[in-house]
Amino acid sequence: MRDKRMTADEVVGEIKDGMTVGIGGWGSRRKPMTLVKAILRSGVEDLTVVTYGGPDAGLLCAAGKVRKLVYGFVSLDSIPYDPWFKRARETGAIEVLELDEGMFQTGLRAAGHRLPFLPIRAGLGSDVLKYAPELKTVRSPYDDGEELVAMPALKLDVALVHLNRADKHGNAQYLGPDPYFDDLFCLAADRRYVSCEQVVETFDGPPQTLLLNRMMVDGVVEAPGGAGFTSCVPDYGRDEALQREYANAATDLEQWPDFYERFLG
Amino acid sequence: MSDVTRAEVCVTACADLFLGAGETLASPMGLIPSLGAKLARLTSEPDLLLSDGEAFLLTPESTVEGWLPYRKVFDVVAHGRRHVVMGANQVDRFGNQNISAIGDHARPTRQLLGFRGAPGNTVNHRTSYWVPRHSTRVLVEAVDVVSGVGYDRAAGPFHDVHRVVTNLAVLDFDTPDHSMRILSVHPGVSVDEVRKQTSFPLIANNVTETRLPTDEELELIRTRLDPQSKRDKEVPQ
Repeated sequence: MRDKRMTADEVVGEIKDGMTVGIGGWGSRRKPMTLVKAILRSGVEDLTVVTYGGPDAGLLCAAGKVRKLVYGFVSLDSIPYDPWFKRARETGAIEVLELDEGMFQTGLRAAGHRLPFLPIRAGLGSDVLKYAPELKTVRSPYDDGEELVAMPALKLDVALVHLNRADKHGNAQYLGPDPYFDDLFCLAADRRYVSCEQVVETFDGPPQTLLLNRMMVDGVVEAPGGAGFTSCVPDYGRDEALQREYANAATDLEQWPDFYERFLG
Repeated sequence: MSDVTRAEVCVTACADLFLGAGETLASPMGLIPSLGAKLARLTSEPDLLLSDGEAFLLTPESTVEGWLPYRKVFDVVAHGRRHVVMGANQVDRFGNQNISAIGDHARPTRQLLGFRGAPGNTVNHRTSYWVPRHSTRVLVEAVDVVSGVGYDRAAGPFHDVHRVVTNLAVLDFDTPDHSMRILSVHPGVSVDEVRKQTSFPLIANNVTETRLPTDEELELIRTRLDPQSKRDKEVPQ
């Protein structure tokens, strides 16, 4: 079996200008921050970023990497709003596709199933469709004739996710309470990269925690602490102090260059 | 009891949102709705399902009784056995709600959270709103962005916006055209005051006074659910 271990910079070397990049996790939880930092340090730009947004969205906006953001929300959880995302929106710096959270998941599923769209009720009557006129509805061909949203596939060029454990072949395991949508991100993408707290020979714990199998993964990066400052339980919780520092520096731009330099290391 | 606080009245008003819910997932956002849901589970609605806000369903004794990661919450949303109590940066007379952005969505004056689950929640199952500061800025003639869907829009077979609980009153949509009306005002609040703090005309027939918590409910709120009185920060006396 193949050894898929690589470095974060090698992963980012696979990302070209203008690509669509999906980022796993949820809000400020289990974000692949080591991989995000490698993007921040790189020259890549003009990205479409698809995320249940946390500080990944804010940081990539801060670095000017984002042409378009596809999201259901952007939040730091314990801090409701991400200041960099707010600034990017309020200055008109980025294009957006703002979706209902369930529509977002349905779009990933459609992409993973190689379908052009999947129907969903969410979105009807709301302004999601008003601000995204490219989204269409479809009528049930059965007797009910119900009109539903035809959520288009959210196809990704690259998926970046962070899990607790992986082996060198790309099987990967989450040990926290929630898989989030990391498997769907991988199924929706052409190139799939998982960073992990630890590369292991064999997995401990119930096999149901093995969220990704090696068919779904092209590269494995061992990155201890690689989700910080977002949470990666049970390995560690969110570093609230560092997140607060991020949010403060992102609000008061005089503090930003100093914070950013230290953060990137 | 004469020393009942406004926050405590709001907690029981939120608990009463769940009357008749039975084995339904209660998803309260914010402190007062959470206290209300927990209170309902301990009193009127012992069959309610409550999550820890993460992936576990918990009993009142904090024992894990179920697993509900976000993807399974989406299944419950679509299946419909859920009553969400969401916040609202803006809500209008037909119950449209905005948590996305203030101003023009293309370039908002103030970016908020985003649509989150509001579009899906409101077309799939019962939805209520909690407004800790009832004012003309929140209860607006028309919301800037429709996140949660109101009664004047094509909302499908499962649309059910139930009530709006605020720090001043309980409101619902049980009128011929489903425009908002005052169901009850909290003790010490007048109908005029509620109207003054609302940007659109409110129907106000047969307005009652929001009930006070029972002694049992007060005891639960004060000694078991919120002994540190965090509720008073969300709704000052």
